[in-house]
Amino acid sequence: MSSQVKPVTAEAYEPYKETFSLGKFARTYGSQLGIAGVFIALWIFFIVGEPRTFLSSQIYFAFMSTIPFFAIMALPLTMVVIAGEIDLSFPSIMAMGMITFMTMHGLTGSVGLAFLGALITGLFIGWLNGIIVVKFGIPSLVATIGTQFFWRGAVLVLGQGKSGSLVYTKASLVHPVLVGKLFGIVPMQMIWLIVIAAATWVLLNRHKFGAHIYLIGDNVNSAELMGINTGRTRILAFMLVGIVSAFAGVVASLHVTYFWPSLGDGQLLRTLASVFLGGTSVFGGVGTIFGTFIGAFIIGSIEAGTVAIGLTGFWTQLIYGFIIVLSVIMHTYVRRRME
Amino acid sequence: MNYCLELKNVCKFFGEVRALEDVNFRLGRNEVVGLLGDNGAGKSTLIKIITGYHQPTSGEIYFDGQPVEHLTVPKARQLGLETVYQERALAELQTLWRNIFLGRELSNSWGFLDVNKMKEETHRLMTRSMGFTSSAVSPESKVGKFSGGEKQGVAIVRALYFDAEIIVLDEPTMGLSLKETEKLLNFVRGIRAAGKSAIFIDHNIFHVYNVADRVVVIDRGRVAGEFQTKDISLDDLMAKMIKVAETGSLE
Repeated sequence: MSSQVKPVTAEAYEPYKETFSLGKFARTYGSQLGIAGVFIALWIFFIVGEPRTFLSSQIYFAFMSTIPFFAIMALPLTMVVIAGEIDLSFPSIMAMGMITFMTMHGLTGSVGLAFLGALITGLFIGWLNGIIVVKFGIPSLVATIGTQFFWRGAVLVLGQGKSGSLVYTKASLVHPVLVGKLFGIVPMQMIWLIVIAAATWVLLNRHKFGAHIYLIGDNVNSAELMGINTGRTRILAFMLVGIVSAFAGVVASLHVTYFWPSLGDGQLLRTLASVFLGGTSVFGGVGTIFGTFIGAFIIGSIEAGTVAIGLTGFWTQLIYGFIIVLSVIMHTYVRRRME
Repeated sequence: MNYCLELKNVCKFFGEVRALEDVNFRLGRNEVVGLLGDNGAGKSTLIKIITGYHQPTSGEIYFDGQPVEHLTVPKARQLGLETVYQERALAELQTLWRNIFLGRELSNSWGFLDVNKMKEETHRLMTRSMGFTSSAVSPESKVGKFSGGEKQGVAIVRALYFDAEIIVLDEPTMGLSLKETEKLLNFVRGIRAAGKSAIFIDHNIFHVYNVADRVVVIDRGRVAGEFQTKDISLDDLMAKMIKVAETGSLE
């Protein structure tokens, strides 16, 4: 019996066809499906508990008005956490951006320039955060606790602790563009949230930057060995949090046409909770924009929902905690099952 | 003789620690050089300088006779050098295609990824080069799940895909089964057969002797000696290695 002759021609292979199977889909998107499930379950719970409120559109427009203020910041923050870092200074960046806003307006009389100034401030503070972490090697948790205090202090010192009316912004185009109502009913901040969510999704999933973010968070050593500029990528991630936080600060202030030096206080835990509720791992390398987006809406709706179904506001924190812990357990379980 | 890689008087100090001192190293065309030496001798440091991960404290590096000023990892790759690291340089939570294209993602000029092409290429490499036939493994599989040999396969295929002229292997047999080790050694022989060069570090003198044309012995940051494997028997080489470890010199 003659031995098999190997064909000289190039080996044929099956071209890659992504087969769809429900099991594979569930395993790949497990975390996101999980948090969507929690959201839907909560929603049904609220509707059943208080149909009058949750079956009419009013409360949803209220959510669309208030949730974006912190949800917007949770999105770039997700990328920072995926990269293995964290940023606790963003509430102070919100306020610091507004200090620049009011100063610039005082100097130039232009709301547009003031807005630009705020964004540049955010970019700069983010860059500074990045430098402290990357060039000096300070862990981001510690570094941003420090900068959080520093910039809040700067806000108080520069603003002399004063609050201020922003009524003059109503005269500018910037006001309706940022906080107006599309078609008279949809709050613009919701539109901006969707725009920023779409942009961060594309950046994270379809751009080299996002690919590097995941790799750096997964194994910074491997990333370095393979030539990724991990320092530059992380600094850019902090800068994104900076500029978006400044944006959120302007939006939140214009919404009430008033600047409080305490702007941002109280947003820290809510924003962080959205990120982790959404399935981002505190160890890095794992996380999704969709998860954070849903997480923000869960966090944002619990307070109103709790009160609407008849429990007192005291229950809010209890339920926050319950849902957060439950969801994080779910994400960890899903991740382990996928392995 | 034209060397594809040359290091002249290279030193690397980490503060007080003199990891490498006055190292002269050459890699010829179509040559496999084995790098031998005890733990801490400086082999990995030498490799990291060659691959551009570390900058030499002093000394010169030449690729193909041309001096290279500031060698970085991307630059070394451009010059045709690929590395299979001891630590494998993989991201365990990420998918196979992300690992294959780690740091070299296929993208357009704006930086937007061509995910489909990367998955397609990964699939092609998997079936043709890595020999993954199991349907359980796909470009979307998380690399952390693979066995030691499979992870090594990923690191090697990754180096080959980008068509290197020089392939550096840092302790590639670590954690491999006998069969996987044999596959790896055949792979190194294949590199020479393909007309390329390789630098091969391994603790195991038998592996190195089996595939290398030339052996360079590093001890305490210096080149202690060099031998053509055809000119020395395995027993003599072993005796010399022991002597170096005990006395610090070959004589």
